[in-house]
Amino acid sequence: MLEGILIGLEAAFSIKNLLLVVAGCLIGTFIGMLPGLGPMSIIAIMIPIAITLGDPAAALILLAGVYYGAIFGGSTSSILLNAPGVAGTVASSFDGYPMARKGQAGKALTIAAVSSFAGGMMGVILLMIFAPALSSLALLFHSAEYFALMVVGLSAIAAFAGTGQVAKALMMTVLGLILATVGEGALFNMPRFTLGMMDLQSGISFITLAMAMFALPEALFLVLNPARGSGGDGGPNKITGLRFSRAEGRAMLPVIGRQSVQGFFVGVLPGAGATLASFLGYAVERNIAKGEDQAEFGHGSVKGLAAPETANNAACTGSFVPLLTLGIPGSGTTAILLGALIALNVTPGPRLMTDTPEVFWAVIISMFIGNFVLLILNLPLIPYIAKILAIPRNYLIPFILFFTLMGAYIGQNNATELLMLVGLGVLASIFRFADYPLAPLLIGFILGRMLEDNFARSMQLYRGMDFIWERPMTLGLLVLAAILIVLPSYRARRAKARAKGVADGD
Amino acid sequence: MALDRWIALIFIVFCCAYGYMAFFTMDQDVPPFMQRNPVWPSTFPKVLAVLGILVGLVVLLGLEKPEAGKEPSATEINYRRLHEYKLGQALALLGLMVAYALLLRPAGFLIATTLFLIAGSAILGERKVHIMVPVSLLAALCVWYLVQQVLGIFLRPFPFFLGN
Repeated sequence: MLEGILIGLEAAFSIKNLLLVVAGCLIGTFIGMLPGLGPMSIIAIMIPIAITLGDPAAALILLAGVYYGAIFGGSTSSILLNAPGVAGTVASSFDGYPMARKGQAGKALTIAAVSSFAGGMMGVILLMIFAPALSSLALLFHSAEYFALMVVGLSAIAAFAGTGQVAKALMMTVLGLILATVGEGALFNMPRFTLGMMDLQSGISFITLAMAMFALPEALFLVLNPARGSGGDGGPNKITGLRFSRAEGRAMLPVIGRQSVQGFFVGVLPGAGATLASFLGYAVERNIAKGEDQAEFGHGSVKGLAAPETANNAACTGSFVPLLTLGIPGSGTTAILLGALIALNVTPGPRLMTDTPEVFWAVIISMFIGNFVLLILNLPLIPYIAKILAIPRNYLIPFILFFTLMGAYIGQNNATELLMLVGLGVLASIFRFADYPLAPLLIGFILGRMLEDNFARSMQLYRGMDFIWERPMTLGLLVLAAILIVLPSYRARRAKARAKGVADGD
Repeated sequence: MALDRWIALIFIVFCCAYGYMAFFTMDQDVPPFMQRNPVWPSTFPKVLAVLGILVGLVVLLGLEKPEAGKEPSATEINYRRLHEYKLGQALALLGLMVAYALLLRPAGFLIATTLFLIAGSAILGERKVHIMVPVSLLAALCVWYLVQQVLGIFLRPFPFFLGN
């Protein structure tokens, strides 16, 4: 491991990569602060730039910086405006915003930054411990297990979509998988489902799809419903006094310790991610707290702000575990990162650490650096960066749309791609209106090719479907996937039946 | 019928068409040597088509009960309130994006982008021309410089009749 750390230090401490971390964090903070633009949209917009860097380590360093920055920026707008830019920071507004209303906005931001820092750091340390172990286990996997593992990942993402949403999420996953079959695959050397169109020959570009799924609908919704952009009650709160007291620091400490570990493991689970981790962290800390402490939750409690902030950053780091060790993204954001890596000819998976250790370790080290940058650089700059919240939307929205278009265009250098982007964006907005989750679609799309490759390889090795029965681990994983899908609706039904029983008793 | 179930219905129809292609038209092109393979180009799509129809039916028939008593919040987007929203602006911006896609090559990057940004803010109700024009022009120039000179991706800056 020490050797790896040294390789990573060498790669990450080049001037170029250091600049990329700083730039990524700053850009992420800037854009993440804008209400309605989540890390997925930002990363999608940054991908063409990352890909043209050409160096996979540099690209991942930039994108990871953007990701961290976006989460940090999201908590800033949660605290100042009560308008979370990112779903993962919604829980931060519960106590952060009341604190800002009391005139302690500066303190709230510092607490958020410090707990994010601690959560992120702890997450990276856990990542360094668990990723190598998991990837040496993953080296035992065959294509049959990979196939099963991806099925588990996709079902877990659907299962975590929420009550009553599992079938919809599965539908989106299948649609993503279907879209991935368009074009000429490496496996068969024949175009499929291109409908005779030349532009579809190479398949649908994942950047275009990512932009269409996340950036475009968000921008359109900002236009449709202006209330969505402003949120809260008008102008941002003034930022004064960045310090918190020693007693408050002491109160935060155990919260940070618990939540960084819990958040990390929630983040490792596919489909759970930062949003769930932050809500869970908030709920757990509120239940643990006693008496006055508990009553303060929701009215500007230090603990109530530290918990979700620690948890969401630890979870962000945790979500890199399945990506870097198995090559299976657990969230929309890591799915986009996976797409970027594939475009750069790096296939994340257990072999990443042995084949290209410099990529793996450079990313880990740059996460450390990114956390420092956020704490040292972004925190003092926040009062200035927060000025972006004052940019009139009349200018902001055309620029967001323009960057979306640019992102799709630079990737392909093809104007037809732009028309496809608009078409898919409209489709995505309709899906959003009907309350369909879009992340499963993108994850399905990105995993689609790999899923089919592994499926086909196992079929060929075993001359048929026998691999399911002949490899116990494959069977076990597939059963797990089935349980994951059925469990939420089974539990909902049981809860309902129980509720009915109670009502009858009365 | 609610919008999500209409979408499920359309999705099922889509899957049927997709499945039709997978089951009945694709296998004709498979070369003879591949026909002995256990897996054909159409195998995975066939599985997907069947899965898609099944999942679509679950949504369409409402077999999975939604969470009761969940109120959509005011800032959440809701299609039932579409008429309250600024639909005209959104559609105009979409039209503008299509126009940009069609104009980008013939008009060149600088003109197309400047016009796009000006028109975009105008659609949203901005009327301060003395700010809109310089901001848009400057932004177009900056992005062109970054993309072409720094990232090294070719973007034709001027209209087609001016060469390059």
